[in-house]
Amino acid sequence: MTYREAVREALREALHADPRVVLIGEDVGRYGGAYACSLGLLEEFGPDRIRDTPLSENAFLGAGIGSAVAGLRPIVEIMTINFALLALDQLVNNAATLRHMSAGQLSVPLVVRMASGAGRQLAAQHSHSLEVWFAHVPGLKVLAPATVSDARHMLAAALADPDPVIICEHALLYATEGEVEPAAGFDPWRAAVRRAGDDLTIVTSGGSLPKCLAAAEQLAAEGIAAEVIDLRCLRPLDLDAVAASVATTGRLVTVDEGWRTCGLAAEITAAIAERSFGDLVAPPARVCTAEVPIPYARQLEEAALPSVAGIVAAARRLVVPATAEEAPA
Amino acid sequence: MSEPGPAADAGLSPSATTPVLAPAHARRLLAEMLLVRRFEERAAECYTEGRIRGFLHLGVGQEATAVGGTAALEPEDRLVAAYREHAHALLRGVPPAVVMAEMFGRSAGCCRGRGGSMHLIDAQRRFYGGYAIVGGGMPLAVGLALADRLEQRPHVTACFFGDGAVAEGAFHECLNLAALWRLPVLFFCENNLYAMGTALGRHQAMPLIHRKAAGYGIEGMVVDGMDVLAVEAATRLAVELVRGTGMPVLIEARTYRFRAHSMYDPDRYRDKDEVARWKTRDPLVTFPRRLRDWGLLDDESLRELDAAATAAVEQAVAEAEASPPEPAAELFRDLVGEPIRQPAGALS
Repeated sequence: MTYREAVREALREALHADPRVVLIGEDVGRYGGAYACSLGLLEEFGPDRIRDTPLSENAFLGAGIGSAVAGLRPIVEIMTINFALLALDQLVNNAATLRHMSAGQLSVPLVVRMASGAGRQLAAQHSHSLEVWFAHVPGLKVLAPATVSDARHMLAAALADPDPVIICEHALLYATEGEVEPAAGFDPWRAAVRRAGDDLTIVTSGGSLPKCLAAAEQLAAEGIAAEVIDLRCLRPLDLDAVAASVATTGRLVTVDEGWRTCGLAAEITAAIAERSFGDLVAPPARVCTAEVPIPYARQLEEAALPSVAGIVAAARRLVVPATAEEAPA
Repeated sequence: MSEPGPAADAGLSPSATTPVLAPAHARRLLAEMLLVRRFEERAAECYTEGRIRGFLHLGVGQEATAVGGTAALEPEDRLVAAYREHAHALLRGVPPAVVMAEMFGRSAGCCRGRGGSMHLIDAQRRFYGGYAIVGGGMPLAVGLALADRLEQRPHVTACFFGDGAVAEGAFHECLNLAALWRLPVLFFCENNLYAMGTALGRHQAMPLIHRKAAGYGIEGMVVDGMDVLAVEAATRLAVELVRGTGMPVLIEARTYRFRAHSMYDPDRYRDKDEVARWKTRDPLVTFPRRLRDWGLLDDESLRELDAAATAAVEQAVAEAEASPPEPAAELFRDLVGEPIRQPAGALS
């Protein structure tokens, strides 16, 4: 099954399971979703539940909030994470605040899905990884399914949550294929060890996971055993899982398609430095997107993004003593 | 209705289904306006004394708009307001002591001191807040109405906002979305002629707000917001229209705040004569005068009603003062809710 099909199956299952579930977003109905995730759902569930919207992100995301407060279980699709900036007021000022600010009177069981990330030469207004903007905000939860199986099961978990949950689906993952694991015991709020190893810990999420696994494969050929941790949930962060791994490896590389400055990798690095300083045998490293707006031309875009080679190089620098010859980039 | 006309002057509603002005109803409207006025005057004193902090936006002068606008709503109808919303909270039945306690930062406040003056919320009374981002409550109101429509509930969601919100994208997005989706929202613009310190003519290229409804294919009305009977009659008509057709309606009530925008505002942008002119239309002067002229009120009754309002406010201050502050140890309360149900996938 592809990641795209997994998302669609999850949507279909949710719509069947609960008549209060509605899908709201731009071109989710007749068009079938910008990434074809909702193809066929309009025909199956009708226009009341599969609601095409005008290009009014702030209004329809806020309508999702209001309808959640009044008893629906809305899933709002934002076509691309950059477009979510047009709805930041509703997300940050309303969705995130209402439970706390109403002293528990209001609950906002809202799910927001959005495509994120670069790699398709869409330039700086369709390619950013702004997950950490949402992860910064108390009152929001952020999931980043990196595997087909997570894409299949995370939606149900998000819908079962009484608070707003944002699911960021990396646009390059939609076409990937994978196995769907059984749903029993599924817990998206915990990080997953995607590859075991005891020489260093690579922490990542979402669309960077395949790059990290490829890097770990190359490192293994050099005799370096990298443990790859997929955070899965960016708020709340499962720092216990990272700390447990670092306790074994003593080395940490965080790979994030967001920018380095004040980013996810900065948070992971700081948190591990605070709680696991004694476990570290080398300074933590970060592999992030270059500090530029993501450019259009393929060679420029590739140069901006974290690469397998870049991850391998960062890992090698941590493991191989500093006096050793620098490997080619 | 385009102007407050003879029907309103006679205390008659233009709607055939609305009864003529009954003495008890007239007294209720007056009592409500008195309660709101005395509450806000007392809140200003509490602010000066340092018992209320932060921002405090008073609607003194706008009582006829709030009272007339809410009088036409059923208890089950929903209300979303902006940040000048003490009146709306009180008029939906939130006890004055609970509102005052909220502004004092007490546990007895409707939001246990987390919201303050700008974020009063009482879900049980279907009062959904209290939004301090201009236009920020409007999308939420559309969503409340969407849920009611899909669940086939007959409620109307009344969404109150000021003229400043009309310049926000949210206003236009929401009128379009509510009309497109045929949602039962009453968009109620309390046009007090100023977006904080910027006069209507300085922030709207076309300042006839009710006419903006035409751009979205819905009904727009304008009413004299200083005349409580006119506001009630117009709102009743609008609510009937919303409930009957399921379509949103935009109503604009032209009103005026007598005090500054907030307690911080030195009020340098308005002509003193302009304020004085509007004060001659104070609904707490004009309405009792009309009721006296019509033989529905005497001086003694007015004094009693006013004394009752003042006593209710004093009682509220005393109760709020006597209630304990929300403890700092409760800081993290109500950040996350209890899981609603098992994930569907986990059951399979």
